[in-house]
Amino acid sequence: MSILVLADLHEGQLAGATAHVVAAAQAIGGDIDVLVAGDGVQAAAEAAAKLDGVSKVRVADNTVYAHQLAEPIGALLVELADGYTHVLASASTTGKNVLPRLAALKDVSQLSDVLGVESADTFLRPIYAGNAIATVKSDDTLKVITIRTTGFDAVGSSGSATIEAVDVVVENSQSSFVKEELAKSDRPELGGAKVVISGGRGMGNGDNFKLLDGIADKLGAAIGASRAAVDAGFVPNDMQVGQTGKIVAPDLYIAVGISGAIQHLAGMKDSKVIVAINKDDEAPIFQVADYGLVGDLFEILPELESKL
Amino acid sequence: MKVLVAVKRVIDYNVKIRVKADHSDVDLTNVKMAMNPFCEIAVEEAVRLKEKGVATEVIAVSVGPKAAQEQLRTALALGADRAIHIETDERAESLAVAKLLAKVVEEEQPGLVVLGKQAIDTDNNQTGQMLAALTGLPQGTFASEVAVDGDKVNVTREIDGGLQTIALTLPAIVTTDLRLNEPRYAKLPDIMKAKKKPLDVKTPADYGVEVASKVSLLKVESPAERKGGVKVASVDELIDKLKNEAKVL
Ligand SMILES: Cc1cc2nc3c(=O)[nH]c(=O)nc-3n(C[C@H](O)[C@H](O)[C@H](O)COP(=O)(O)OP(=O)(O)OC[C@H]3O[C@@H](n4cnc5c(N)ncnc54)[C@H](O)[C@@H]3O)c2cc1C
Ligand SMILES: Nc1ncnc2c1ncn2[C@@H]1O[C@H](COP(=O)(O)O)[C@@H](O)[C@H]1O
Repeated sequence: MSILVLADLHEGQLAGATAHVVAAAQAIGGDIDVLVAGDGVQAAAEAAAKLDGVSKVRVADNTVYAHQLAEPIGALLVELADGYTHVLASASTTGKNVLPRLAALKDVSQLSDVLGVESADTFLRPIYAGNAIATVKSDDTLKVITIRTTGFDAVGSSGSATIEAVDVVVENSQSSFVKEELAKSDRPELGGAKVVISGGRGMGNGDNFKLLDGIADKLGAAIGASRAAVDAGFVPNDMQVGQTGKIVAPDLYIAVGISGAIQHLAGMKDSKVIVAINKDDEAPIFQVADYGLVGDLFEILPELESKL
Repeated sequence: MKVLVAVKRVIDYNVKIRVKADHSDVDLTNVKMAMNPFCEIAVEEAVRLKEKGVATEVIAVSVGPKAAQEQLRTALALGADRAIHIETDERAESLAVAKLLAKVVEEEQPGLVVLGKQAIDTDNNQTGQMLAALTGLPQGTFASEVAVDGDKVNVTREIDGGLQTIALTLPAIVTTDLRLNEPRYAKLPDIMKAKKKPLDVKTPADYGVEVASKVSLLKVESPAERKGGVKVASVDELIDKLKNEAKVL
């Protein structure tokens, strides 16, 4: 077996997700190479070379790969995929954007959001917003897979893989980067945080999300939101937790003013401990919460902040 | 230009699914079905493009069993001009759907193809990207804004870190995210009118596409159920439990 992992980048640096994808590759077993593709990604390549279990890091450093646009990265993967039995990426917006292109051009299926490995050809993946787990077997010669990072503990970084430049340069005249508005935050990244505190429609407005700040500071938490809070414009889209947002599984998840719709639960129900704060004692969120506190969040949050 | 929209018939998003006793699949007998919510957003976007005079014709396509015609009629009621039903009772996976859509693209030559970002049954999030790769057209996935400007389209995308805007040459493939628009409801007179709009029925064989996939479903299980916990009476009790019982503080 021989596995290629597409590295995830965040502002040019290696994103935490990659260490989880390498762990998934280890569960499959075999030689593991990591592809780092972007513009000015030497530092990311060096970080990838330290990940345990990686034999080789392949670096495609060229302006055409800047911002990891789907067309050039997809074409690069098609060039490099020969000889590998599996190509993996995290189920990030980059992985989801690019990997199906490789699958289609190789005429194979893609398995999305894999959260468990049974063998080199049999995998577990969630369907119906995680309300069922499917065991699927792929007889394709090349397995193209996106990985749900919460399913695999990150590998360590005491390795020393070789780094090798890839000189494949592809053309792209179809898509171009215009701009990016990235949320700036000193808080931990939602996907990797040990504690997440999320607000829903019950927060009332965007200003009230400040009530979560002090608590998040004290707990070192990332702040998330329900779709309703994002749709209402309280907070930006990158904070959405759920079936169609981010999937999180922290040690502690605190849901504030969130009712607990199936689609929201899909994104957080694998958290170790769930706390719900809601004024409606029949809100479905209480059915999954380890600790429920019924009451008005505008009274509870300031008290919680002061007592932590 | 023509705009093609792909719509999938799926379980209604409000339904809580059950796994069959023999673990062969989820149980869809007598379950309420509907148009995939992301496809509703796709239809809405296409119809708005027509209302703005950017699109000349909106064509809805669905791959699936005979009953998928219900969702095509819904698309027609929402403003699509005609529909193509590619009928199959086989489980059509994203790759097969993308191959069929690629054939329709070849035939119809649309300026824009709009799909949902993901079907809420398989949660695949693949078809649009696969279609783009197969047709050689550029893709703008997870769109929260689509602005056609001459022979280009600017697509604002919801990405993990925030928002990204890219420019694509037309024709192009777009997949919708939740905040692209708020779909309208079909009005009764439009539902009546939709019954008379053209709906072509084809089969995968008409397009020379094999639907079978090399992925087999071995079993389906319910995830480990979380048991509901306890209600605490106060903030003090909550902090105490988190510290001393759950040990997460
Ligand atoms: C295709 C599709 C995809 C979706 N994807 C997602 C997704 O990824 N993530 C997601 O979250 N949702 C998603 N949704 C939406 C989901 O169905 C729900 O509509 C949404 O999660 C509701 O958000 P909410 O709980 O904040 O709002 P509501 O359901 O309106 O709940 C608000 C809660 O706040 C409580 N509350 C109000 N005021 C107070 C107060 N003062 N103190 C305490 N409690 C208070 C209320 O009792 C209520 O329980 C999706 C829907 C669809 C159709
Ligand atoms: N059977 C189908 N018929 C028509 N369109 C489909 C079908 N399956 C998927 N699609 C389209 O592809 C999108 C993404 O689906 P998927 O990639 O399967 O999650 C859907 O929102 C539809 O627009």
